[in-house]
Amino acid sequence: MAKVLMKGNEVIAEAAIQSGCKYFFGYPITPQSELVAYMAKRLPEVDGLFLQAESEIAAINMVYGAASAGVRVMTSSSSPGFSLKQEGISFLAGAELPAVLVNIARGGPGLGNIQPAQSDYFQVTKGGGHGDYYTPVLAPSTLQEVVELTQVAFYLADKYRTPVILLGDGMLGQMMEPVEFASIDFTEAFPKKDWATTGTRGDGPPRVISSLELNDVNLENHNKKLQAKYSEIKCQEVRVDSYLADDADYFVVAYGTVSRIAKNAIDAARQKGIKIGMIRPITLWPFPEQAFIERKDKAKGYLVVEMSAGQMVEDVRLAVNGTAPVTFFGRTGGVIPSHLEIYDAIMNVAGGELV
Amino acid sequence: MKLVFQRTVGLQEKETHYCPGCTHGIIHRLVGEALEELDILEDTVGVASVGCSVLSYEYFNCDMTQAAHGRAPAVATGIKRVLPNNRIVFTYQGDGDLASIGMAEIIHAAARGEHITVIFVNNATYGMTGGQMAPTTLIGQKTATTPLGRNEQTQGAPIRVSEMLATLDSVAYIERVSTHNIANILKAKKAIKKAFRYQKEQVGFSFVEVLSTCPTNWGLDPEESLQWVEDNMVPYYPLGVKKDRGVTTNVT
Ligand SMILES: Cc1ncc(C[n+]2csc(CCOP(=O)(O)OP(=O)(O)O)c2C)c(N)n1
Ligand code: SF4
Repeated sequence: MAKVLMKGNEVIAEAAIQSGCKYFFGYPITPQSELVAYMAKRLPEVDGLFLQAESEIAAINMVYGAASAGVRVMTSSSSPGFSLKQEGISFLAGAELPAVLVNIARGGPGLGNIQPAQSDYFQVTKGGGHGDYYTPVLAPSTLQEVVELTQVAFYLADKYRTPVILLGDGMLGQMMEPVEFASIDFTEAFPKKDWATTGTRGDGPPRVISSLELNDVNLENHNKKLQAKYSEIKCQEVRVDSYLADDADYFVVAYGTVSRIAKNAIDAARQKGIKIGMIRPITLWPFPEQAFIERKDKAKGYLVVEMSAGQMVEDVRLAVNGTAPVTFFGRTGGVIPSHLEIYDAIMNVAGGELV
Repeated sequence: MKLVFQRTVGLQEKETHYCPGCTHGIIHRLVGEALEELDILEDTVGVASVGCSVLSYEYFNCDMTQAAHGRAPAVATGIKRVLPNNRIVFTYQGDGDLASIGMAEIIHAAARGEHITVIFVNNATYGMTGGQMAPTTLIGQKTATTPLGRNEQTQGAPIRVSEMLATLDSVAYIERVSTHNIANILKAKKAIKKAFRYQKEQVGFSFVEVLSTCPTNWGLDPEESLQWVEDNMVPYYPLGVKKDRGVTTNVT
């Protein structure tokens, strides 16, 4: 297939459609509105349905309804709108419904601004809504990776009956890059959705989709089942990328778009003879702890770079577990760090190696 | 012997948890009968809401999905829109659920003319959480959160949801009925059945508001409660059809 030049938000939408998603419920918010508009235009062409909801709360609950009827369904939003979806995400997790939820994050807190940011990391990786739950979170850094991870998101959602979050930022949503729509062949067959509420049509007793369980012990058992599922996801579905990491003593840890800027800084530092590489978590939950555990005897230090006041740095600290110093550099408010700033931060951490 | 009465297959053989004298049970039965008589049980997906009827998914004998507080119309929209046209989707919601936290969802589902049926149970209070004020609580009515009685100056006036929704162009059918005596229960049955028939015939959004009792939180016995509906609720919430587009229009 030939490469096409497309905008990030539209790549997500097209990749979703090519993953078999025919239903989209959304609400406009910058910087992800092109995704909504693209779905409005494209879905009718593939016999699908686009519906603009009256709010993010309604949109996620429409997703809940559609998912309970057994279809592949998606919604998208940006930070303030994603906050509103948390109620529904908790219900999706509780009722074990598959859906893909996109957050093209912007600066916060509050109304913030419309510049790219990574300050929703806590919200998406630590549950976000009420109750003990996690959602797999995928964080692409290029538009080509968006194509792949959107498919992975639908795959994970169906395989584990769970909501899955695709996390980008305004930069990823707004940038244009050439992409090729190659589809992944997931060799495993998807589990049959015989639990879906579609009308029984003579097909056995009525089915119920619910996250309610008034009996405490039964609810604890349901929680145990969810936790077992999360453990399996942690074992099976970790994704991580690295750059110049094999001989490195120092590591930048960054995800999403800022990792691309960090690469330039790493290249510059390498030219100064600093043995530095990068660990780039692709799944933010489950967090790739193993990548840090493996390097515990060799790594001399980590620099975590985020477009936030420091959120992923906490997961890095847990994974490193005191075996090496962990330093943080971040910009907030939608400010995109320059590679020179990151280079300076690298020099502060690893520059001693030079002399 | 002639069989004159039997349980409806629209409901599961299960004891409900409703308080003695609560008319939620009667309304369940009417919905169950309507689904049975229209022969649509196997085509139907119900959406249970939050409130005393939260467990209604255990009672209706059809596929059921449980929704977050107030969000049932959005959930029903999602279900209805992705299923084939011949499927029936209904919500069963209390007044706290529908008229307070879920007001946006119901107005917009109605405004979109979603082909769903909404059974709206108005008992002028929040039953499940212990009898607090609802948007439908009457002026002067004492509740846990209006201990001196609802005061229009500070708490505003009760909302007539049926009349309000009837102003929306895309709505096909709205009727307010009551369950405080046999005659009205029969009328309620007719309205509920008609609402489902309208959905089956794809006329559009159908909505039945059912005046209901909450003896437990009103502090009245079951009989007094029925009288209270007649004396206090019916005058403020007049019964009858608020909108009827008729089956002939828009049938596809
Ligand atoms: C988000 C949220 N807020 C509050 C509640 C608590 N709550 C449960 S039922 C209810 C009121 C329900 O009243 P109504 O809809 O009138 O139904 P009824 O119990 O009277 O049948 C409330 C406030 C909840 N479950 N979820
Ligand atoms: S609390 Fe009120 S509404 Fe709830 S079951 Fe009891 S009587 Fe019915």
